[in-house]
Amino acid sequence: MINYVYQLVSPKLISVKHEVLDTKEMVLIRPEYMSICQADQRYYQGMRSGKVMKEKLPMALIHECCGTVVFDDTNTFKEGQRVVMIPNHSSTKNDVIYENYAKDSFFLSSGHDGFMRELVNLLPDRVVQFENIELPIAAITEFVSVGVHAITRFDLAAHSNRGIIGIWGDGSLAYIVASLLKELQTESEIIVVGKNINKLSHFSFVDKTYLADYLPSDFEVDHAFECVGGEGSYFAIDDIIRYINPQGTVMLLGVSENKVPIYTRDILEKGLSFIGCSRSGRTDFQKAVELLGNKKLQNRLSTIIFEDKPVSSITDIHRVFQADLSIPFKTVFRWNL
Amino acid sequence: MIFGAILAGGIGSRMNIADVPKQFLPLGNKPIVIHTLEKFLLCTSFDKVYVGVHPSWISHMEDLIDKYINSKAEKVCIVPGGEDRNSTIFNIVKSIEEDYGENEEDIIVTHDAVRPFVTLRIINDNIDAALKYGACDTVIPATDTIVESKNGISITNIPIRSHMYQGQTPQSFKIAKLKKAYYDLSDEEKDILTDACNILVKRKMYVHLVMGDPSNMKITTVNDYKVAQAMVGGMAID
Repeated sequence: MINYVYQLVSPKLISVKHEVLDTKEMVLIRPEYMSICQADQRYYQGMRSGKVMKEKLPMALIHECCGTVVFDDTNTFKEGQRVVMIPNHSSTKNDVIYENYAKDSFFLSSGHDGFMRELVNLLPDRVVQFENIELPIAAITEFVSVGVHAITRFDLAAHSNRGIIGIWGDGSLAYIVASLLKELQTESEIIVVGKNINKLSHFSFVDKTYLADYLPSDFEVDHAFECVGGEGSYFAIDDIIRYINPQGTVMLLGVSENKVPIYTRDILEKGLSFIGCSRSGRTDFQKAVELLGNKKLQNRLSTIIFEDKPVSSITDIHRVFQADLSIPFKTVFRWNL
Repeated sequence: MIFGAILAGGIGSRMNIADVPKQFLPLGNKPIVIHTLEKFLLCTSFDKVYVGVHPSWISHMEDLIDKYINSKAEKVCIVPGGEDRNSTIFNIVKSIEEDYGENEEDIIVTHDAVRPFVTLRIINDNIDAALKYGACDTVIPATDTIVESKNGISITNIPIRSHMYQGQTPQSFKIAKLKKAYYDLSDEEKDILTDACNILVKRKMYVHLVMGDPSNMKITTVNDYKVAQAMVGGMAID
């Protein structure tokens, strides 16, 4: 059959690519709800470098999406089952290196077509079934799985003194990480450090919140998650190095376009560990789906989700990307194209 | 119940490409009608998808279904096509009633086999509109100014463009409503009114508009076929 792929061809310009869809050994999924990631927005606005834009485009955006199985040539799934889709792809099987860091891995919506398509064809191991999760929440499963991945690695790497875990950042990623830490590190005090008092007010479930410019002199954390990224990375990492206790583990999740200077003298003196985290794999998706089965967590995440009107035309695609610019957290929308 | 009705009853190629009807010509790696049928079979709302095929080409269509449609072949039913578009539709209606009886609420979604670029969104919008309004037509706004000429020599009228639309398919109906309008026509009217929606319009029945897509083109001419081939990145065949 013929499939419609809604590709970004240049900043703010969407074009339809028609393709004869390969269904052999594939699961066919009709996307239902999508969520916009900052990475999608940067491509859409043309905020990546000219070199990167030239390398990656044209491509369909969106890597956070849930949908319904409409056909499965492998008989792994039943028609009508609700699923989330894994955008990371790697043909390497390795028990040591996570699939999202495999040298041959590639990512849908980063140089390959993302989920803005009429139908998505995936290998069955790139599909994870879910039940009892509201669709707008299920749409952000990939985002949640990134937090799961970071916390999983933290759990393996960080020493056992975990009295206080600090999260730098007050955006969606910080919110997800804070929510998950409250579920997964129940013995720890969770503290969030941000810049925007209105956004910090959303973090009602954590133990304390602070404005980054007004941290008390005796402030300290045992470990830290950096969820800032961009131009703020420097300040966040610098704060973390200053306030973290010796041999703490720092999980880096924020994406910076430019190189960030860091004060290595204090890193060495304190014996700190820095771990970079990006994206996620199948096990993280499975864990995310399991966690999202918890209604309390769903309710908590729903407070950062803004559901825009459905997308039924290319004009609507432009509308949701424009609207997302004024949304402090996550924009999700029903996909009707 | 909801039924798909793919109209593949034509026998003329009009393309000078091959001796097969255009719905059987290859597009990418499959015949055009198979692309269309596959999209209909993905729509879970359909209880059955009927394909109206000229009697001479039924065995060919059966072979194509055996070859290309695996897991959902049981949802497909081939029906002999009629002499024209409407008689093919009513052959399908007759077959539906033989299989499932007559039901007031049954919906039929009729579609040209040679429109393989139909989308699930268009099909689902048709089903929703037919259920809600009883009848609908798929259209796109006219981009060119429409010029009417009754003698083919001079302009009779230039309608306001914003009021003009180009008709596509699917066209979808409550079967009972379609039958009522059709059987009310005289034989003369039946010869003239080849468009199913027009039958209802002439009987002053409400027909809702469903937005189509410019890509949902009808492959009728050699040029259309070349464009379709180019759209899916295939080779144009002269």
